[in-house]
Amino acid sequence: MAGAALLGRLTWLAAEVVDAVQETPRVRTLVLEADGWDGHRAGQHVDVRLTAEDGYQAERSYSIASAPGEPLAVTVEELEDGEVSPYLVSEAHEGDRFEIRGPIGGYFVWDGSGEPPVLLIAGGSGVVPLMSMIRHRARTGSRTPTRLLYSSRSYEDVIYRAELDEPADGLEVFQTLTRSQPPGWAGYARRIDAEMLGEVAWPAAEEPRVFVCGSTRFVDTAADGLVAMGYPPQSIRTERFGATG
Amino acid sequence: MRVDEMRLDGNAIGGLLIELFGTDLTGSMGVCASCGARGHVATLDVYVHAPGVVGRCRSCGAVMIRIVRSETRTWLDLSGTRTIEIADAAALE
Repeated sequence: MAGAALLGRLTWLAAEVVDAVQETPRVRTLVLEADGWDGHRAGQHVDVRLTAEDGYQAERSYSIASAPGEPLAVTVEELEDGEVSPYLVSEAHEGDRFEIRGPIGGYFVWDGSGEPPVLLIAGGSGVVPLMSMIRHRARTGSRTPTRLLYSSRSYEDVIYRAELDEPADGLEVFQTLTRSQPPGWAGYARRIDAEMLGEVAWPAAEEPRVFVCGSTRFVDTAADGLVAMGYPPQSIRTERFGATG
Repeated sequence: MRVDEMRLDGNAIGGLLIELFGTDLTGSMGVCASCGARGHVATLDVYVHAPGVVGRCRSCGAVMIRIVRSETRTWLDLSGTRTIEIADAAALE
């Protein structure tokens, strides 16, 4: 039975850090190698488990940043008072090992098939699973018209800044900086709102596929705004992240 | 922290659900026993800060799933869920 074969499939794997990229002062990408890792779909996440010498364990979920087919990479934002993220962002270095399991998620995923345009809306590190989709789109030569609306606090907080400055054909990137803007900033300079969504999002009649990721408040604002524009609620796929790290 | 900021969604318990059910449920459709609303498990309002995990219907707020774990066992209450429709992984919408 196909279902039975899946049972027990999700086991903790030993992962080793093989590379680390500092994305912003508080955000780092770790490239991981894990025997038994079977690959992932764009948008999925992994659970990370750290075990202290006294046996205490802490588990957190992190979105996968790399495209399917690329080495597994997670991008992690350091949260104050976090149990796991401070280690991953500030301490872990090449050769360190910890446990992971996954990939996880069958809802917030984009496989690159189909014609409808794609609208991606990210708040802060909510850009990570959307970046996996963007990289997947580029890697597969997809021509699906895609727009990213990405909200960060400041220019220094923009994750994947260089990569987003040179988007692939058919990808339009719109950014807003909510707290501070560098001189000459040409993007938006406020929190996302209905007016901004109206300028960036396609008309609902084009039936775009929508992925929104960010804090609960950010996701609610974006989703409510799109529903007010006539987007069917079920066309808007959302992922909220919390304040535990 | 305000209660509203503690609200996550069903994506956050994807790993836990695979552990319990052996397959990814976030893309499956659940029906609320209270109001009959049908939606993806990923869209449940989820609270993980309680002693256990609580998942509530996005439409009516009723508790659809409760999971409490200890070192030796897991207690699962699905009385608020009428059905869960588990699609084959390859056929997920």
